[in-house]
Amino acid sequence: MSPVSDVILSVKNLSVHFGGLKAVDDVSFEMSRGEILGLIGPNGAGKTTCFNAISGVYNPTLGDVVLDGRRTNGTPPHGMAALGVGRTFQIVHPFTGLSVRDNVIVPLGGARYRGNFLRSFGSWRDKKIAAEAEKILDTVGLLDQADRKAGLLPIGNLRRLEIARALALRPRLLLLDESFSGLRHAEIAQIEALVRGIRAGGVAVLLIEHNMKVAMTLSDRVVVLDHGRKLAEGLPDDVSSNPDVIEAYLGKGESGRVA
Amino acid sequence: MDYLVNVAIVISIQAIAACGLNVIVGYAGQISLGHAAFFGIGAYASAMLTTKAGLTFWGALPLVLLIAAILGFLLGLPSLRVKEDFLAITTIGINFIVEAVFLYTPFFGKALGIGGIPRIYVFGQRLNNQMLLGLCLFFLALTLLICWRFTRTWAGLSCFAVRENETAASSMGISPVRAKLSAFVIGTVFAGLAGALYAHYVRFISAGDFGFPVSISMMSMVVLGGMGTLWGPLLGAVILGILPEVFRPLIDYRMFLYSLLLLLMIRFQPGGLLGEHSFVRTAFRGLTGKEKGGVAGV
Repeated sequence: MSPVSDVILSVKNLSVHFGGLKAVDDVSFEMSRGEILGLIGPNGAGKTTCFNAISGVYNPTLGDVVLDGRRTNGTPPHGMAALGVGRTFQIVHPFTGLSVRDNVIVPLGGARYRGNFLRSFGSWRDKKIAAEAEKILDTVGLLDQADRKAGLLPIGNLRRLEIARALALRPRLLLLDESFSGLRHAEIAQIEALVRGIRAGGVAVLLIEHNMKVAMTLSDRVVVLDHGRKLAEGLPDDVSSNPDVIEAYLGKGESGRVA
Repeated sequence: MDYLVNVAIVISIQAIAACGLNVIVGYAGQISLGHAAFFGIGAYASAMLTTKAGLTFWGALPLVLLIAAILGFLLGLPSLRVKEDFLAITTIGINFIVEAVFLYTPFFGKALGIGGIPRIYVFGQRLNNQMLLGLCLFFLALTLLICWRFTRTWAGLSCFAVRENETAASSMGISPVRAKLSAFVIGTVFAGLAGALYAHYVRFISAGDFGFPVSISMMSMVVLGGMGTLWGPLLGAVILGILPEVFRPLIDYRMFLYSLLLLLMIRFQPGGLLGEHSFVRTAFRGLTGKEKGGVAGV
């Protein structure tokens, strides 16, 4: 494990309220560089809301999101992307009319012309950037699909494309929202290997996962949310035997049976 | 002959404006039903600068384009923060407000409009209608070239991304407001250019020339030809420019026919005549036997 001083993300007393609904309520956790942290919990626990607060879609009602020592509350999503936070979506959001390659060129270009108005009128059709996009597509195993329209891809490949686009931002922190859902066994193994590879490059990976087997084998640590609050945090084995966690997932009276 | 030249001038001016609208609607996916306002702003700006400030058409043109760009920016900034149907209504509102300003302020000649707008001179040569047509076609070609070029730029690509999926685009480092605004300003500048040419062609303008129905007919051209295609707006302008001439007796029913055409297009050929799965493209593909892959909807 990395030392504590190597903190990349720190979520401090984060609350996101929608009117009277406390979707996320006073949640705190930290992540180190190169760590895979699983964010798990039953439906409606506030996992995706938490993601949205970290990636700038929502402004925290209370509390802070601190990325690499810098408070990022109120930074819009494109600002967070510029700071090196890449994310995928639970419901995939491909640019359906663009080719798979162009889908990856979009974030590459965002990084290239950011803050330079004149450069944004330069051409995006250059070989260098296409090669860069293809390299990333190769990493996620989509190179043979580069010329297809993104709208034509099956779900497994769309999940890969989501990861490819997030990787194109050269993220420090990668947020994966259910990147394994709807995949076949073989595909799950491939994406698992991919995520491990990304982490090996020093990127911190925060993942929301419903597939417990994946979440528990892939994560270094897990944070469990329930009804917007943090229920538990720790090593996968410790958390999965925690009676509170079992109760949250299975209901009262079941804890004895599972343990 | 002169009649044909006049029809061709009007068509090419409208095509320039429609190409501009296509950048907003087709490339960036932002509906605008107030494009005639910017057409009017260009026309009035050029008319005022040439009749009151004594500039020539060429002296006024850079200022006209600048005015169109600045007003496009100022009116686009608040408008583009709302989406879809709200944006449609906001842009309709802009059209009515701009038209009202022309109609009710003495500075713009109120209901009398502005007359005596000078003809265009090129190298000391006063342009007759044939030459004016040449000039309009030159500007149309320039417009098409810039539109084509725009689809190749990063700014163009970010517009496509925003059109395809705004949420994803913003999570990829693209500021949606900036992308939309750049498309909006480019679109309004072309509308301003078209307006300036129009003012010096008819040489008398009044607020009614730039009303909401004009916006609708521009939108019809874009939808008919194919939103987001390069040649679509031109094709739409040609068809909708020729139809009323051929069917003179039906001129009173023009708005009705446009609306009907829009409905039929949206129902059966939402991509327009040159859109991706349109019967025109399918037929063309059948003829040439080769896949003509449109890139990024171009």
